[in-house]
Amino acid sequence: MTAFWCLVRRDLRLAFRRGGDSVNVMIFFLLTITLFPFGVGPEQAILMRIAPGVIWVAALLAAMLSLDGLFRGDFDDGSLDLMILGPLPLEMIVLAKCLAHWLATGLPLVIVAPLLAVLLSMDGEGFTTLIGAMLLGTPILSLVGAIGAGLTVSLRGGGVLISLLVLPLYIPVLIFGVGAVDAAVYGLAARPHILILGAMLIAALPLCAWASAAALRLSVE
Amino acid sequence: MHRFANPTRFMRYSAAVLPWAAWATAVLIVIGLYLALFVAPPDYQQGESVRIMFVHVPAAWMALFVYTGMAAASAMALIWKHPLSDIAARASAPIGACFTVIALATGSLWGKPMWGAWWVWDARLTSMLVLLFLYLGYMALADAFDDPARGAKAAAILALVGFVNVPIIKFSVDWWNTLHQPASVIKMGGPAIHLSMLAPLLIMVAGFTAYYIAVLIMRMRTEIITAKLRSLQMSRSERQS
Amino acid sequence: MARGLACVRGGRRVFDSVDFAVAPGGALLLHGANGSGKTSLLRIVAGFLDPAGGELTWNGRPFEDEDHDPDGASFGIAYVGHLDAVKRALSVAENLTFWADYYGSGVTVAGALDRLGIGHLASLPARFLSAGQRRRLGLARLLAAPASLWLLDEPTVTLDEDSIAIVEALIAEHRADGGMVMVATHAGMSLPEAGILTLGAAS
Repeated sequence: MTAFWCLVRRDLRLAFRRGGDSVNVMIFFLLTITLFPFGVGPEQAILMRIAPGVIWVAALLAAMLSLDGLFRGDFDDGSLDLMILGPLPLEMIVLAKCLAHWLATGLPLVIVAPLLAVLLSMDGEGFTTLIGAMLLGTPILSLVGAIGAGLTVSLRGGGVLISLLVLPLYIPVLIFGVGAVDAAVYGLAARPHILILGAMLIAALPLCAWASAAALRLSVE
Repeated sequence: MHRFANPTRFMRYSAAVLPWAAWATAVLIVIGLYLALFVAPPDYQQGESVRIMFVHVPAAWMALFVYTGMAAASAMALIWKHPLSDIAARASAPIGACFTVIALATGSLWGKPMWGAWWVWDARLTSMLVLLFLYLGYMALADAFDDPARGAKAAAILALVGFVNVPIIKFSVDWWNTLHQPASVIKMGGPAIHLSMLAPLLIMVAGFTAYYIAVLIMRMRTEIITAKLRSLQMSRSERQS
Repeated sequence: MARGLACVRGGRRVFDSVDFAVAPGGALLLHGANGSGKTSLLRIVAGFLDPAGGELTWNGRPFEDEDHDPDGASFGIAYVGHLDAVKRALSVAENLTFWADYYGSGVTVAGALDRLGIGHLASLPARFLSAGQRRRLGLARLLAAPASLWLLDEPTVTLDEDSIAIVEALIAEHRADGGMVMVATHAGMSLPEAGILTLGAAS
């Protein structure tokens, strides 16, 4: 188990030292959300209506940006080979890297989201639900994204292809994430949506680990 | 199953099956269309436009069926390493994608007179659109690799992951309140539509299936021959160097 | 020990019917032209690549989980390939400490770094290393995370003569301890009593 935390710590240290990735993701998140009032018009009623959806879509896209680097660094310099030779099964390696990835890119999104919700004049009722839904949803984005990253890590121009592969799989997260916040804002029950998000997270943990590990084994050949 | 694993044997069997499949396609579709367009009664509500159903529903079923076949072939390729499986999966993908596009397009044509809109974002339409994206993603991934064998294996993983979408599509009309018509043929208690409409429907499905088999065989044969050509070229260039 | 190994890469049969055996304390030198499959062979032994045919055994049992311990003896595999697995944002010591901790060896890295002659660079960020120093950092892993079987792919590339001598000494010590080494190399390395396997172009 210590190998697991060893890997998480190292990845976090690398993310922290390089800094670029996490900050870029947050800036992209902020910029995308800021674009919408320009595109849609500053009328409060409209912004309020689309706020949950805009925040989720922006979070999705921002999460996707950082996916390419999830495995590529270790793959390109040979570290992935060495990690496979070590005591940790590849599935656990994937989970360790996803955890580090989420802490470095997903969690900041969750923290920043309520502030941006204010920018879009989202109703205060929805804030806690937004945070809760994103706390459950963003790890799923990292996990599902790991599948796409694993499949494309050995390809040269992987970036756009990852989006094509991963976005269809993100759609259920989007549907229930927005559903939860919308329900909260309109005073309906958000619990069913949150529960489904939780179920998806629990299901994603083994499935994405398996699929991503299979993809990496293929890439390492 | 492993009897068919040998590509040469497959070429022999498929050469025998192909003409039958092609003829069956032509015959079944002609009969099906005739029944659909001229014999089946017009719907009391929708009038003649209901006849689109005879293309739309079989296409949608085939889209799901082909994806299921692709996922099954992918599983066989990954788990049992059956040599023809990844060829079969890759060959199926464009066919399935076409069926999905036909289903979406005919659905759209049908939806306009019925619901007044070319497209609505309800659960079934959205999940069928997602199915199309999954097909496209599969084809893009398989093509992105220089080595077709590796590309097929990577795409196989993707196909299995995306298979989660298929039950969602099937049951989407039950789980969500949607505009789309709920299931009337494959459900508990047997089909809920009359034989005069059911018969052309089933014949069209059979015709589409025969089409799928015929085109699949053709594509697999092409792929096997291309692979043979490639390896011949490579060994010739090696001997020359 | 390997029997009848075959390898197919990108649709091309790279090699066929390769046999070899390495005993504890033994070494195997891999020779062959570029593209003859030396790297592929090492990767098959490491477990990254599945052979297209043939079998690989360890003490008579199939080579399945290389990182597990069938006899209670440390049965690890150390692989040093073309790539150095050095993270530029971390310092030299941090790089090596990660691998020592990851493999759970409990070895302090200072000794390993000194042995390879880069001890004085311990707190330097790895991006300032020269190619030879990076290579030595990669080789230091062999000491920081001990394993029975060493698979070295062109270990002396970018190394000067003194460093090559150090590597040869490390290999000799490892063999004296009962370890095994498989080395693919173009350069002449002095490996006393090493078996030689030459991979030619498949006929």
